[in-house]
Amino acid sequence: MAYSNKVLDHYNNPRNVGALDKTDPQVGTGMVGAPECGDVMKLQVKVNPETGVIEDAKFKTFGCGSAIASSSLATEMLKGKTVDEALAIQNTEIVNELSLPPVKIHCSVLAEDAIKAAIQDYKKKQESTRLQSVSA
Amino acid sequence: MKLPIYLDNHATTPMDPRVLQAMLPWFTEKFGNAASRNHSFGWEAEEAVEKARKQIADLVGANSKEIIFTSGATESNNLAIKGVAQMYAEKGNHIITAASEHKAVLDTCKHLEKEGCRVTYLPLQADGLIDLDMLKESFTDKTILVSIMAANNEIGVLQPLDEIGKICRERGVLFHSDAVQAIGKVPINVNKSNIDVMSITGHKLYGPKGVGAMYVRRRNPRVQVTAQMDGGGHERGMRSGTLNVPGIVGLGEACAICQRDMQEESARLRALRDYLKDRLMSELDQVFVNGSMEHRLPHNLNISFAYVEGESLLMGINDIAVSSGSACTSATLEPSYVLKALGLGDELAHSSIRFGIGRFNTQEEVDYTAGRVIEVVKKLRELSPLYELAQEGVDLSKVQWTAH
Repeated sequence: MAYSNKVLDHYNNPRNVGALDKTDPQVGTGMVGAPECGDVMKLQVKVNPETGVIEDAKFKTFGCGSAIASSSLATEMLKGKTVDEALAIQNTEIVNELSLPPVKIHCSVLAEDAIKAAIQDYKKKQESTRLQSVSA
Repeated sequence: MKLPIYLDNHATTPMDPRVLQAMLPWFTEKFGNAASRNHSFGWEAEEAVEKARKQIADLVGANSKEIIFTSGATESNNLAIKGVAQMYAEKGNHIITAASEHKAVLDTCKHLEKEGCRVTYLPLQADGLIDLDMLKESFTDKTILVSIMAANNEIGVLQPLDEIGKICRERGVLFHSDAVQAIGKVPINVNKSNIDVMSITGHKLYGPKGVGAMYVRRRNPRVQVTAQMDGGGHERGMRSGTLNVPGIVGLGEACAICQRDMQEESARLRALRDYLKDRLMSELDQVFVNGSMEHRLPHNLNISFAYVEGESLLMGINDIAVSSGSACTSATLEPSYVLKALGLGDELAHSSIRFGIGRFNTQEEVDYTAGRVIEVVKKLRELSPLYELAQEGVDLSKVQWTAH
C-alpha cells in the first residue's frame, strides 16, 4: 500500500514525541487501544488552568505508520487550542489532512479517542484538586 | 550493492538465469504440443517434458511416471485433497490436517466440509511442530487422508515427515504433503517419508511462476485422484490441459540445479541466516524467534520485536523487501494465523517480521539489513508507549486496555 506524503512526513519526523509528568495536575493523559489489536496510543496535554489553553502536547504510539502519523498530527492540532476546542476535534479532520485510505480510518478514530481521554483525565484531576481545596 | 534488497524468498524467488536460458527455445523455435503424436514438433516437446519429469522425480526420490504437471501448488493442493476425497469416498470421509497449513489446503478442506467431509485441524505445539500422539489419536475408521506440509511458509518449521508417513502407512491412510517451501532447500524423499501425494511449485525454487507438479504414488499403494477438470485426459487422466512446455522445462531445470547445489547452498544460507539472527539478538533486547530453530528451513528467520508494530517497522526499512505477520499488512486485517497457532499473544504476531534469504542474497545485503532493522526498531521503541511502560517495570499483561 502506498502512503501519502503527509503520513510519510509524520512517520519520518514525528512531532512532539515524549512524555509529560503524569502526576502533574496540569497534565492530562489518555491511553487508548490494546497491544493485541496492534495499536496503542498515549497522548498527553498540559493545560494552563487559568486560560484553559493547551500549552504542550506529547505522544507515544505503538502501531502502524498511519497510527503514528495520526497521533503526531493530533499533538500539533492540540497546541494552542482550549480544552473545549480540543474536544470538538473530529477524526475526519485527521483523515482529510493525512489522506488516510478507508482501511486506516480506525487510526484517526483512535487519535480522537486519545484526545478525549487525555482531556477527560485533565478535567478529572482539576475536579479532584478543587474538591481537595474545598475540603481543606 | 543494489537497493531495494529482496529478502522475501518464501513469497516467491527470482528465476535463476540458467532456468530462463533452458526455457527460451521452447517459446518460439520449439513450440510443439507435447500431445501431438504424429510429427517432430510434438515429439521434441514430449521429449523435453519427459526430461523435466525425470529431473523433478530425481530431486524427490520418485519415478518419472509418478509426476504430473499442474499450474502451481494451489492447483496441486486442490487436486490432491479433493481428488483423494472423491476417489476414496467409499472408504471414508475424514481428513486430518494442521492449523498452520497454507490457505490452499485449509480452504480446500473447508470446501470439503461443506460437502460432508469431516476434517480434524491439529493444533501446533509452541515450537510449531504437530504433536504426533495427537495425530495418532485423531484417526478414525473413516480417515482417508492426512495432509501435513513439509515446511511452513511463515515460520519455516519442518514437520517430522518420516514419522508422520510411518504413522499413516501403518494405518493404511494416504499421506499428502504440501512441500513447496521445502523442495530444493532440504532433502525430501517420498519413499523414505512414505509420502503418497505431494505438491510442488516452480516459483519457490528459482523456477517460473504458473507451473507446478504433483507427485502421485504408483506402487505400494497405487494412488488415484479424481480429476477436477474435464478435457483431453492428459497426465494419466488426472489433469487435462495442454502442457505448458516452457514452464515445465524451467521447473525441471530449476530442480536439477537445486539437486546439484542444495548441500552447498543450504550451508551458505544457514550461515547468513544465523548471522542475521545473532546480530539482531545481540544488539536488541526483547527479540523472540518464532518457531523451532532446530527443525527449520536453513534460510528462514521469523522474529518478533516486542513493543514495535510490524507494519511501522516495514515502513522504516522500505528499501528491504520482507513481510510481517501484523494484521495491518494482511488483506483480512487479522494477525497471522500461523503465529497465533504457536500460542503467541496477538501482540507478538503484530510485531513479527519474516526474513527469507535466497540464492542471490549476499553477506553485504544481510549486513545492511541487520543494521537498518536495528536502527529502526530502536527508533520505534523510543516512540512506543509499551516500551516505556515495560522500562518502568509495568507488566503489560496486567494493564486494563481499552480494546477496540
